[in-house]
Amino acid sequence: MTRYNPLKELFLYRMRTFYREPEAMFWTYGFPILLTLALGLAFRSKPVEVIAVDIVASETAESIKAKLSESETVFDIQINEPDACADRLRYGKTSIIVKPGDDGTVEYQFDPTRPESTLARAKIDDAFQRAVGGRTDPIAVTDNEITKPGARYIDFLVPGLLGMNLMGGGLWGCGFVLTDMRVKKLLKRLIATPMSKTDFLLSLIGGRLVFTIPEMIALLGAGWMVFSVSVEGGLLNIIAMALIGALSFAGIGLLVASRAEKIETISGLMNLVMLPMWLCSGVFFSYERFPDVLMPFIKALPLTQLNDALRSIILEGATVFDQGIPILILAAWGVVSFVLAIRWFRWT
Amino acid sequence: MALAVSCRDLYKRYDAKKKKPVDALNGLNLEIEVGECFGLLGPNGAGKTTTVEILEGMLKETSGYVEVLGRQWNGKDDDAIRQRLGISLQETRLNEKLTVRETATLFRSFYREGREPDEVIAMVALEEKADAWVGKLSGGQKQRLAVACALAGDPELLCLDEPTTGLDPQSRRELWDIIREQKSRSRTTLLTTHYMDEAQRLCDRVAVVDHGKVIALGSPSELIHQLGGEHIIEFALAESNGQTSADAFTSLPAVSTARFENDGYCLTVTEPHVALPALINKLESDQLSLARITTRHVSLEDVFVTLTGRHLAAEELDDTL
Repeated sequence: MTRYNPLKELFLYRMRTFYREPEAMFWTYGFPILLTLALGLAFRSKPVEVIAVDIVASETAESIKAKLSESETVFDIQINEPDACADRLRYGKTSIIVKPGDDGTVEYQFDPTRPESTLARAKIDDAFQRAVGGRTDPIAVTDNEITKPGARYIDFLVPGLLGMNLMGGGLWGCGFVLTDMRVKKLLKRLIATPMSKTDFLLSLIGGRLVFTIPEMIALLGAGWMVFSVSVEGGLLNIIAMALIGALSFAGIGLLVASRAEKIETISGLMNLVMLPMWLCSGVFFSYERFPDVLMPFIKALPLTQLNDALRSIILEGATVFDQGIPILILAAWGVVSFVLAIRWFRWT
Repeated sequence: MALAVSCRDLYKRYDAKKKKPVDALNGLNLEIEVGECFGLLGPNGAGKTTTVEILEGMLKETSGYVEVLGRQWNGKDDDAIRQRLGISLQETRLNEKLTVRETATLFRSFYREGREPDEVIAMVALEEKADAWVGKLSGGQKQRLAVACALAGDPELLCLDEPTTGLDPQSRRELWDIIREQKSRSRTTLLTTHYMDEAQRLCDRVAVVDHGKVIALGSPSELIHQLGGEHIIEFALAESNGQTSADAFTSLPAVSTARFENDGYCLTVTEPHVALPALINKLESDQLSLARITTRHVSLEDVFVTLTGRHLAAEELDDTL
């Protein structure tokens, strides 16, 4: 008479309520792909930027423009009246103003806090000194420009987005779902049955793991097809690592949701937990940019460890077995959270 | 007779932040025998739901003794009790994205033994909706599905908290059939309701609960007998209605109690054919004229009003104001 397996039914329950909820589908699968595409496009390898330069109208302006146009660097040069130049600089339409003085000198007007202006200052001065002043380099150098896959910003970004997604999926997919069930009083009815609590929490975590796989294949697939970001360490390694990350964040999600009685509470808690990791864990930029004193804190964050592990598998071809420390830290977060979640858990 | 439920000196206090604590139960005693259909009657806020939720193991009593199906809620026996207990909450919420059959199957899976999902769906007449999402059901259909979930484990004790509130007459009657079927198999049902007619039809015994205590206990007919008559004469006077004290009518033959309420007088009488002519004579000699007069059988509602001085319906109205 044991035709009915509660764990199986609970798992099916989780599956059904997920795929019958179009919004959940979008936020889990559609959104990360869109985000990858948008960021990838925004930070794609751009053609070499043309530097906009304004020359203040004067007798020598035309000859300076002619000489600058001969240089290797491509400038977008306009000759304007002083007021017009100043306006264009203020609105960012030009990066620097070249004001020819008497006796062949020039004055550069620019805002040193704007990176493109500083760049323009260096480039235009170099071109000017060479073209007009005839300067030559004392040391011969060669430029080796790197724009091949593996070393671009998008290569840095894709593993970070994958990590961020695993974090969001674990927290929302377990924590939010649980709070939502509590708020809707669905838990209250379930707990009045002989349902095993472990089965119930396992079904939530199990559901989360199953949803993780298409999620990462979608994200990595988009990265591979659109930006040729390939997984050096192979698909199995990356899936194994992602599942470990998903488990850890599922545990944290359960902990965050263990007592929350309102959707507002859980949304706030989620953001509180996730925000430091969005910023500090090397999703969009390397965490090495933070001061050294913060490093122990940053390195203790689960997302930092997950991102490092994902990057080393995707970019450097490492295996999941090389990730001892990240796995240890992720496991600690997951297990401690899960144990605390069970202890503090409130069903109604 | 074996007891399905037994509780003694049950107290429940809700501590509210910055407010006076609320005593929902004040020493409630209850014994329900195996195989009977037992009704808990009372106005909203009387402690019915608190009692039921304590019996169901969902709330912890502040003090007192509770035994359900021969066991106590102590952590160790909880699963054993839940396996044999079927409940429908005052407001059972079920996931809207599951179908009726999936919901019944889910609940069935929690019990070692029970009824087939399709069987319980048929019992509450939801066969046509078996593949519909719960979110698409009407309020009454959802209520019936809640009862189907309560039946999934083929419970020895079925606890239904206001199962017919908001149901249409047809659905109510179907639910009554389910309760009668439960009874015919010597299974116990605990029912809370504020429909007195429902309690009168279904329940072997009822307990009237007010302010967290049982104030009357017995079979519906026993309770009605306690009023000292089985009939009620209600009348109102055309003029000076209410100016004459109700006590003036207690001396009439066959009248056991008399009271004035809202807009007329209400006499409990043993023999209407004796009391009526006497009443008419008295009114004539006092030169009072009738605005209306009706006679009816005593109901549990009258029992309740006599015991508490309040109407159930009036209580409900107060709650919504």
